Amino acid sequence: MIVDKNGSPLSTVTSKAPDTKHGVILYVEDVSVSFDGFKALNDLNLYIGDGELRCLIGANGAGKTTLMDVITGKTRPDTGKVNFGQQIDLLQLDESEIARAGIGRKFQKPTVFEALTVFENIELSLSGDKGIWTALFHKLSGEQKDKIDEVLATIGLTAEQNYPAGRLSHGQKQWLEIGMLLAAEPRLLLVDEPVAGMTAQETERTAELLTSLAGKHSVVVVEHDMAFVRSIARKVTVLHQGSVLAEGSMDEIQENKDVREVYLGEEQA
Amino acid sequence: MKNLLNSPFVKKMNSLHTVIAILFISTIYVTFCNLVFAEGSLLYVSDYTVSLLGKYLCYALLALAVDLVWGYCGILSLGHGAFFALGGYAMGMYLMRQIGDRGVYGNAELPDFMVFLNWTELPWYWAGSDNPLIMILLVFAGPGLLAYIFGSLAFRSRVSGVYLSIMTQAMTYALLLSFFRNEMGFGGNNGLTDFKEIFGFSLQSPDTKLALFVATAVMLAIGYAISHFIVNSKMGRVVTAIRDAEDRVRFVGYKPQHYKVWIFVVSAMLAGVAGALYVPQVGIINPGEFSPLNSIEIVIWVAIGGRGTLYGALVGAIVVSYAKTRFTAIMPEAWLFGLGGLFVLVTLLLPKGLAGLVFNLMDKIDPPAKESNAKAIINNKNTATENK
Repeated sequence: MIVDKNGSPLSTVTSKAPDTKHGVILYVEDVSVSFDGFKALNDLNLYIGDGELRCLIGANGAGKTTLMDVITGKTRPDTGKVNFGQQIDLLQLDESEIARAGIGRKFQKPTVFEALTVFENIELSLSGDKGIWTALFHKLSGEQKDKIDEVLATIGLTAEQNYPAGRLSHGQKQWLEIGMLLAAEPRLLLVDEPVAGMTAQETERTAELLTSLAGKHSVVVVEHDMAFVRSIARKVTVLHQGSVLAEGSMDEIQENKDVREVYLGEEQA
Repeated sequence: MKNLLNSPFVKKMNSLHTVIAILFISTIYVTFCNLVFAEGSLLYVSDYTVSLLGKYLCYALLALAVDLVWGYCGILSLGHGAFFALGGYAMGMYLMRQIGDRGVYGNAELPDFMVFLNWTELPWYWAGSDNPLIMILLVFAGPGLLAYIFGSLAFRSRVSGVYLSIMTQAMTYALLLSFFRNEMGFGGNNGLTDFKEIFGFSLQSPDTKLALFVATAVMLAIGYAISHFIVNSKMGRVVTAIRDAEDRVRFVGYKPQHYKVWIFVVSAMLAGVAGALYVPQVGIINPGEFSPLNSIEIVIWVAIGGRGTLYGALVGAIVVSYAKTRFTAIMPEAWLFGLGGLFVLVTLLLPKGLAGLVFNLMDKIDPPAKESNAKAIINNKNTATENK
């Protein structure tokens, strides 16, 4: 049986809210990951506050996606600690357990269940028992239907709810995926490049959506689009070669000498 | 045709009702024509045809099992023949014990092949083989257990795609080789045959043959109803989601490996039941049933019928098996080429199989479906303008 640090079984961990007494929802401490000698993450330290909206930026290979993989259980770090709140040790859990503990992840490439309708996509993502027997005899409750309707309204896909998800436009798929995360009622949302391939208008709506989520949820956004980052970010973390290079407001970051050299410098060139 | 399709009665029927209605009517028809009309009459259905149809229905149940894992869950099993054969062997063991002392060597306890091998007692795994209830249980438990062990190992270590298909082929091939060995205690090369009775009824009697056909039709209907229930439950949606985006399913909080093992086991049991019904109707089970080619043929039935639709699997199995019976009688050596060609053509021209073709034609005859689509698009446009 998998147990948390206090030895209580996992089921209580996943149903228990993360302990954020100190105002921090995610602790990433001294994490290193190497692939065949290449250090993707190098003694990385990162703390995400409860209800915070944080942007992660960095050049290709800076370790952004690897960091997401470590937090969500896809990659195991060689060393270091990753805690959700103070109590939950994420390194003891697998992907589905981490998801049920309250961490949602949006992939870089929009990933939805194409053969199912928009409604069903949200239905499958609702928080609750994810076991086989429950699924076999499951009936949607009125409460769950309301929740689905609420999510559909938030992501603006109410009219499309009976469409197969495969027929949605690229931007709509991105939103649907965000909606799937919302349905799971996560405490922490990890969002990888949410506006890649979106039109200016769609980008604007996505910015609004993500900003409105902060507070109730903690949100970490990985993004290349600097205009987008400026429009949403209160605090920005710059990754470089697997470590944190700088952290601060967008203006502070842009003034930072190291950052200009390795990141913005390249972009301006 | 149009009026018929639009009648309220037909509108209310879903695929489950339709399939069960068709099965019911054809079973009644065959039974009636077999019992009432005399040989030579135009409407007479011969005992041979009854057995042949029973065999096709077994294949249909087997195809249903493969469609469940391949069509809905994306697990391309090229070893489902193994589960079919195991179910068949469980039934075969029981039928062997029913022979009693009527075998060539007249040994009341041991089947002929064991006497021939100079064995003096039944191997431990034949214990209880004369008890029909235990053997019926084994029809489910044998294939189910193999599927559970294989599935747990493969899906837990996240083996999928081509690698998984190759492993299922290896599994059935390994079983083929072991069942060929006399020491295995399953009759080696010859398998189990020469059956006399089932549950006390003579297997040579036309009535027993008819009863077996009816039993197969009933089991197929039950299997279809179970599969229909599964794919239309939330379970079915999770499984379809695993087929299309397994990672997403995992990050939403499900454990895909549990779902895959579960559906694999259910499917293996259905295949086992098909095998158990097949053996008394053809009168033999031998290691040839484990042949990798057999398993590939099942996949071809499903592809031709239309995977991802349960009735497509049934249609594919029955149509291709019928064609096989016909063509192998005319030109046996050309059949495999014909089958291969058919598979290529269907893959290229009818990616959704015969079921997809029928569906397209129905859409043309029955345009109201499109109307509601159009309505949805208009609604969608309205909200889009409102949003602006």
